[in-house]
Amino acid sequence: MTDILESRPAVAVSRGKPRARRRGRARRSLQGYLFLLGAVLCFALFSWYPMVREFIMAFQRTKRGRTTWVGWDNLHRIMADPAFWQAWRNTVTFTVLALILGFAVPFFVAVLLNEFRHGQAYLRILVFLPVMLPQVASALLFRYFYDPKYGLFNQILHFFQLPGSAWLSSKDTALLSVVIAATWMNMGSATLIYLAALQGIPGELYEAAELDGAGLWRRIWHVTIPQTRMILSLMLLLQVVATMQMFTEAYMLTGGSGPQGSTLTVVYLIYNYAFNFNNFGSAAALGVVMLLVLGAFSGVYLWLERRVKEA
Amino acid sequence: MSAPARSLISPAQLSKWRGKIIYWTLFWLTVVVFTLVFIGPLYWMVTGGFKSTQEVIQTPPTLFPHHPQTSAYSTAWKRLNMAQLLFNTLYYAGGALLLQLIFGVAAAYALSKLRPIMGNVVLGLMLATLMVPAAVLVIPQYVTVVDVPIVHVNLLNSPWAIWLPSVANAFNIFLLKRFFDSIPEELVQAAQIDGAGPLRTLWSIILPISRPILGVVSIFAVIGVWKDFLWPLLTMQDPAKQTLNVGVNNLSIGVQQDVLIAGLTIASIPAIVFFLLFQRSIMAGLTSGALKG
Repeated sequence: MTDILESRPAVAVSRGKPRARRRGRARRSLQGYLFLLGAVLCFALFSWYPMVREFIMAFQRTKRGRTTWVGWDNLHRIMADPAFWQAWRNTVTFTVLALILGFAVPFFVAVLLNEFRHGQAYLRILVFLPVMLPQVASALLFRYFYDPKYGLFNQILHFFQLPGSAWLSSKDTALLSVVIAATWMNMGSATLIYLAALQGIPGELYEAAELDGAGLWRRIWHVTIPQTRMILSLMLLLQVVATMQMFTEAYMLTGGSGPQGSTLTVVYLIYNYAFNFNNFGSAAALGVVMLLVLGAFSGVYLWLERRVKEA
Repeated sequence: MSAPARSLISPAQLSKWRGKIIYWTLFWLTVVVFTLVFIGPLYWMVTGGFKSTQEVIQTPPTLFPHHPQTSAYSTAWKRLNMAQLLFNTLYYAGGALLLQLIFGVAAAYALSKLRPIMGNVVLGLMLATLMVPAAVLVIPQYVTVVDVPIVHVNLLNSPWAIWLPSVANAFNIFLLKRFFDSIPEELVQAAQIDGAGPLRTLWSIILPISRPILGVVSIFAVIGVWKDFLWPLLTMQDPAKQTLNVGVNNLSIGVQQDVLIAGLTIASIPAIVFFLLFQRSIMAGLTSGALKG
């Protein structure tokens, strides 16, 4: 049917046809937009419009119900707030720590699990279980474990004759404690994604490497990592962007800012400006800064990645 | 899994006795460590709920509850308002799932098969939202929900505040569209020649073959609402309307440790049951969605 239509020479099409076809296309477009209506409305109201509004709000201030333009004032104000720099320092530290734990650990767990010929299903379920728990359960459970007096962690340390730690209640260890809990809560998804990537590596590559006399580490370095590089590099980017936006874990574990602001993150500061100080202008301005920082980071990262790939 | 695929360690190496010893030591070590690390905390949580207020904060701690009692569980159920919170969370997740399926499938179908003029621009604008960090948008989104443009209604404390924004999920629409793209055009044309309109084609041709992707998208939709914290924290301030995450966290300050631990157990049970029931599709969906997406 379609063959006949397509093989007919263009000249042979009568003059009435194109108009009819155009009308058909217009009708299909109309139907198309009817189907799109619900989703487009939701995007417009709750995604596209807020995105524009974010930039508008960053330059406005609302006082006693009156909204005025204040130019760069909101930005100057948040930069003058010592909490701004502390929040960025904490967020970057958190991201670096979360990468050391949350990026390396799942990869090596996945490499290990992939070698097992038994019980893989069980181990996978174990690793993924915390991801499914309601965050409130995992976070408050960790808060119980972290208690300096009766918490499980210090009890275990005391059992081995080691000194306990103040965990969440000291400004030196609070952030690290949040990272540990967050890694436990979230590492399952990354592990499963790496496992799936590892299973796509053709076995011949390992065989060839072995014939060339490559030992275990060299096989990991020269086969496993290059073969999973695409997914590793994508996950690294996604993980940085996600951990920079950390809020829930710190909010539940330390109430947000923690001892002497040691777990104060940028997103918590945004929340604090808006909902504790009722200052939506500053919150939006900080949001714009966050957006630009993450955007710049992703841009540089993708550019570097392409450079490395070409080299 | 059919014939064991060759991985890092060769089968030859594993069949030697030295390989075997290393393999089995490592295997059992991993099983024990993983069980301790991932099940251990849950064991502590479940048994903690059976301990008395004294025992739960006692040093050194007890491995088993000495005088098991269920009073913490019943107190937690009442004090933490568990029935209400569980119902709310399921209600929000169910509604979000339904709306996302209806509007997401319709949109993906339009973009994939009806291809209206400027359809690619719409798709591009949708995908662009994936680039914007969610936490940044929360402030203007909140202001929008308080006073929705044009209609001027306040959606705070209404389930619509969770349901409607959940439809604006570009990732799910993208997954659906990509699946619909793989359905041969001839099938759709054949249906049209038989006189089926777009709705009929969608319902009788597209949807029946799209079961796998519908499953993946449904799981993402439910987990998305189930795990969200910041958004319901802002939009559901009325304690009777809160989700499990927000409600338990808010009430956690004023209750005794044993009651709280029991409450956490109750909060976890539905998630664990849901996971064990659907673990195959959840884990497969996660990896396929992430790898190809």
